[in-house]
Amino acid sequence: MDNQQLLAHIAALTGSEPNAVEDTYGMLNVHLETSSLLRVVEGLKTKHQFIYLTDICASHYPDRVGAEFEVIYHLHNLVANQRVRLKVALPEAQLSLPTLTGLYAGANWMERETFDFYGVIFEGHPDLRRILNMDDMDYHPLRKQYALEDETRTDKNDTFFGR
Amino acid sequence: MDSALFLEKLILIVVILAVTLVMALYFTFGERKIAAFFQDRLGPNRVGPFGLLQPFADGGKLLFKEEIIPKNAEKWLFILGPGIAMIVATITSAVIPWGTSLPIFGRTVQLQVADVNIGILYIMGIVSIGVYGIMIGGWASNNKYSLYGAIRASAQMISYELSMGLALIAVVMMSGTLSLREMVEQQAGLNWNVWYQPLGFLLFLTCALAECNRAPFDLAECETELIGGYHVEYSSMKLGFYLFSEYINMFISSAVIACVYFGGYNFPGMHLISDPMILGLTQVAVMFAKIFFFVFLFMWIRWTLPRFRYDQLMRLGWKAMIPLALLNMLATGAISLYNAQGF
Amino acid sequence: MSELTIKNTGQMISTETIDGDIATLNLGPTHPATHGIFQNILKVDGERILSAEPTIGYIHRAFEKLAERRPYNQITPITDRLNYCSSPINNIGWHLTVEKLAGIEVPKRVDYMRVIVMELARIADHLVCNSVIGVDTGALTGFTYMFQEREKIYELYEEICGARLTTNLGRIGGFERDFSPTFHTKLNKFLAEFPDNFEEFDRLLTRNRIFMDRVIGAGPITAERALEYSFSGPNLRAAGVDYDVRVMNPYCSYQDFDFDIPVGKDGDTYDRFVVRQEEIRQSLRIIRQALDKMPAGDFHANVPEFYLPPKEEVYRSMESLIYHFKIVMGETAIPAGEVYYSVEGGNGELGYYLVSDGGRTPYRLHFRRPCFIYYQAYPEMIIDSVLSDAILTMSSMNVIAGELDA
Repeated sequence: MDNQQLLAHIAALTGSEPNAVEDTYGMLNVHLETSSLLRVVEGLKTKHQFIYLTDICASHYPDRVGAEFEVIYHLHNLVANQRVRLKVALPEAQLSLPTLTGLYAGANWMERETFDFYGVIFEGHPDLRRILNMDDMDYHPLRKQYALEDETRTDKNDTFFGR
Repeated sequence: MDSALFLEKLILIVVILAVTLVMALYFTFGERKIAAFFQDRLGPNRVGPFGLLQPFADGGKLLFKEEIIPKNAEKWLFILGPGIAMIVATITSAVIPWGTSLPIFGRTVQLQVADVNIGILYIMGIVSIGVYGIMIGGWASNNKYSLYGAIRASAQMISYELSMGLALIAVVMMSGTLSLREMVEQQAGLNWNVWYQPLGFLLFLTCALAECNRAPFDLAECETELIGGYHVEYSSMKLGFYLFSEYINMFISSAVIACVYFGGYNFPGMHLISDPMILGLTQVAVMFAKIFFFVFLFMWIRWTLPRFRYDQLMRLGWKAMIPLALLNMLATGAISLYNAQGF
Repeated sequence: MSELTIKNTGQMISTETIDGDIATLNLGPTHPATHGIFQNILKVDGERILSAEPTIGYIHRAFEKLAERRPYNQITPITDRLNYCSSPINNIGWHLTVEKLAGIEVPKRVDYMRVIVMELARIADHLVCNSVIGVDTGALTGFTYMFQEREKIYELYEEICGARLTTNLGRIGGFERDFSPTFHTKLNKFLAEFPDNFEEFDRLLTRNRIFMDRVIGAGPITAERALEYSFSGPNLRAAGVDYDVRVMNPYCSYQDFDFDIPVGKDGDTYDRFVVRQEEIRQSLRIIRQALDKMPAGDFHANVPEFYLPPKEEVYRSMESLIYHFKIVMGETAIPAGEVYYSVEGGNGELGYYLVSDGGRTPYRLHFRRPCFIYYQAYPEMIIDSVLSDAILTMSSMNVIAGELDA
């Protein structure tokens, strides 16, 4: 199964052409709608042997208005040795998408981590709490608006070096 | 009882107590050195020549540590626990015959504090009190880990005492006496009980390991699960008492094993020595050599074997040791009867 | 039974101690068996475990946030602190990720050198795990034997990079220097002596009756559940799935070497122990082959934008000075793009998901930490077993707090 066939399978599962498709370094990137995510993942798992959930993480793009957040899923078909990356873009106003815990038990902590760092709500998650940070933290630290260093520092000029 | 006898016994008690304590002290050192030997390390070698003063440094450290009694602990029981453990461990040595006798200042001093005619029963009795020290200490700490340790220890000791007693009964049936001195005297030369009771000896050795809470039966204090078990909350010399009592118990168990199965102070060619002084001293030396061997065996086992799981320990105790001990007892009885009467 | 509410969260922490037959037992955060800092709140009925609630994050150091401010070559020291039992694998995994993003081809010799270092790291990692299983069953002696061997591996690291635990080994594009003759002497000595000592350790435990009684059937997991939980590495292979990144997606010329993937059957502690033991033997095989077949060539790729020039060149030639400045100040241009790259770490598939926007630092870097992912199966694996088994299960899963919390 090469990436073209896989793309055809995914298109069949969504019922329409995916929003955008890229091929980065040999791995297929498929951008999905929130609504079709669960259907696609379930189809990939049950029909196309993508039984291994490698990773879930998110990313924050403050400049992309209306799609500030992106949740990234890496799936792996261990039989055909094929990986696929699924992406779901989310607006900051509506940071929620369905959970994968019903399909992969291992999604539990990965989604908790994503929630912890980006505040993405996974609907239907059995226990969506912070996992690595303090329970009483009131922000999601990996968002880009939180600078790593104290911005009031004056002894260090970052104009030339560093974001 | 004349006053001289009283004085003699008092001095003997003090000497034996002192020897026991020093032994326990140096067993901690020996344990560390032997562990180091097994593990390709050097062991303690900084305090004094060859690290020989290490146990005093350890003891001093324990003494000068801050005493901490947890707020929610039962204060008096918390203090009583290590006390019981220590007292019980030390008084067992009363019935051990260290040798026949020594001529000192014209008196023949018997090298045994009390030649009671129920020596073995005394030991069994005292040993079963020993568990209270651990149980009370573990319970009074008001800590779940120490409670677990205490529960494990008491269940383990009670189960293993049974087979220990059954193994001893076989020896008693064979020798026909409960006095340790008589038992030792019967084993003159190389006529040791272990040749007649090999199974009994193995059972007794295993039970002794369990009674001393030594590996592979050290579930009560296993550091990786219970973080030290019953003595988690103890500090300073109260902790020291628990640790010492373990080593004293090891010393006494080895002495009992030596007396019951390995002829105690007997050695081949004993009748060739006529000078009572030399004879007495050699006997004590032989006794100690045997004790040291068993203590070494205890340490050897500890640094080689993994420990059992709690349920496996109980299964071994109830389903293997007790039936074997009963079988051993039955066989001993049958053979004794055959020897006495024929068929 | 009283309850106490912690500020801001509304989360209840019960201060109840023993409720009927069920007790709450805090296994951790500072418990000797956690070998790090994490907590398990167990509900126990006597010795039997009814439920477990893991709490992690005690040594979370925000590596992903840190990485967003650091130039690529300065992220290597961060990766050291993930699975600190096998830092070189993490370092090299990171270098491979950047090399893939930047399209750097490394000479064959670098591949082989990397394989040697990574397999040494794997041996060190597995030695720690297996000897600690021994300690948790109460057999301390094997642990000291194996730590002497691990020490020799650390001395080998020292010969390569000067560091021991957090190695910060290698560079993007290769190694900072070639293996020294001392390294080869020491490695040959290690290869000659290690197998005997290792087999002695093996004889102490693997067929020891008490040890087998303790570990067989402790904390089992089926292959199906292990895949559901995205297990990887020795833990997945012990459950019976032969997934190994070295074979599935060979990196660093692993396809050139002949080695076996040991696979277990029941996924219990004994299988995990034996799989790791066998992997150590296979790693030795790989190292021997790599040494034998070591190709001639350079010990780094010819990528002046990423690979620091020799210091004397910096003083002599203008170009070198410019490259040196750009690398040290982190001003090297890197293509925009995103890449996922994984290596077989000590604990399993160690992945790096790297998003670059062409800037001096990664836009987003996510570590796929195998520990973090498989540790969530821990409650399921220990429920209904006894406390002692729970501890063995934990140590045989090789949960490394650094990797767990990132």
